[in-house]
Amino acid sequence: MANETTSASPATTTPGFVLERGEAVPELIGRHQDFLIVTGLGGTACDVGAVAGDGAHVFSLGGAMGAACMIGLGLALARPDKRVLVVTGDGELLMNVGALATIAIKDPANLAILCVDNGHYGETGWQKSHTSLGVDLEKIAIGCGVRQTCTVAGTGDIAYGARLLRGGNGTSFVVLRVKPTEPPAFKRNFDASFCRDRFRAALQQTQA
Amino acid sequence: MATQHETGWQHDLYDLLRRKGITQIAYVPDAGHSILIDRSLADPDVHSIPLTTEEEGVALAAGADLGGARAILLMQSSGVGNCINMLSLIKGARVPFLTLVSMRGDFGEGNPWQFAMGQATEAVLAAMGVICLRIERREDVIPVTSAALTMAFKSGQAIAVLLSQRLIGAKPFD
Repeated sequence: MANETTSASPATTTPGFVLERGEAVPELIGRHQDFLIVTGLGGTACDVGAVAGDGAHVFSLGGAMGAACMIGLGLALARPDKRVLVVTGDGELLMNVGALATIAIKDPANLAILCVDNGHYGETGWQKSHTSLGVDLEKIAIGCGVRQTCTVAGTGDIAYGARLLRGGNGTSFVVLRVKPTEPPAFKRNFDASFCRDRFRAALQQTQA
Repeated sequence: MATQHETGWQHDLYDLLRRKGITQIAYVPDAGHSILIDRSLADPDVHSIPLTTEEEGVALAAGADLGGARAILLMQSSGVGNCINMLSLIKGARVPFLTLVSMRGDFGEGNPWQFAMGQATEAVLAAMGVICLRIERREDVIPVTSAALTMAFKSGQAIAVLLSQRLIGAKPFD
């Protein structure tokens, strides 16, 4: 069960969703220790877990769907000395898509959002999400005023996407289009209070 | 026009929040919070954060807490309903949380649409584990909010301070 990233799902692949998440996410994140990371509650918690393990610099949701981007904003404003990476899915982002508007007007330069877009709700039976029915999250982000955006749909886009996540003149937003396949297997800690305390304690130790 | 005497408590309230280390002020605009919002916009040492929906502010508060900062959410009682599931984050992660809620559907309300959520506000917050402290009189604003700040940021509780329509004034019926 170490790697399920290539296993088939009941979902039919939508044209344009061809990358393997198990390969593309680690390549985009690179050195995970460079970030404070907030993840969504489904596959993205496992994507990051496969890269960073059960690390103190990661806070993953187990519920409260739609929270990830705004947790990232609060954290980025609180710690301008650190780089904050939100890794979320298309379904989680769509649930609170207005957060992109709120984030764009604050535009913290130390915040990056990576949306792993498989066009489906993988946790609940692979129902299609709006992004396989024509909704383009990068265009929404642009319309909100996010200035640093890109869509990574092929291996040739990964290097540019990785650069955007690591810096720029404002918040960056990267959509990664992937096949609707199972995320990497990862057993995560669902004790949110423990994870919150651990995250804060580890961060406090790095206080300048 | 409101007189200085009528709005003075809102300036005192802002000063109290700042003295207690609040650096992120998030809100969906409401007339009852307009002075706090204007003060936050004019304050170079706080992040003044307009939201598209109130639940964004709940998640923002959790992020601020992860980073060692203190946030507050300003909203109208109608916005409390928009926060319900997001409060799972506050309860589950035991995030210190403070919201100031300006009440509608309350004392002297003239818009019948406001009553459903206004009258459900306390029950909904209590059901999600948020302790409600209600203020009816100007002289209670500072002592009650001081107590709320202690309960939230020293004891790690989730607190809602409800500013009643008797305090902030209902729109007159004409």
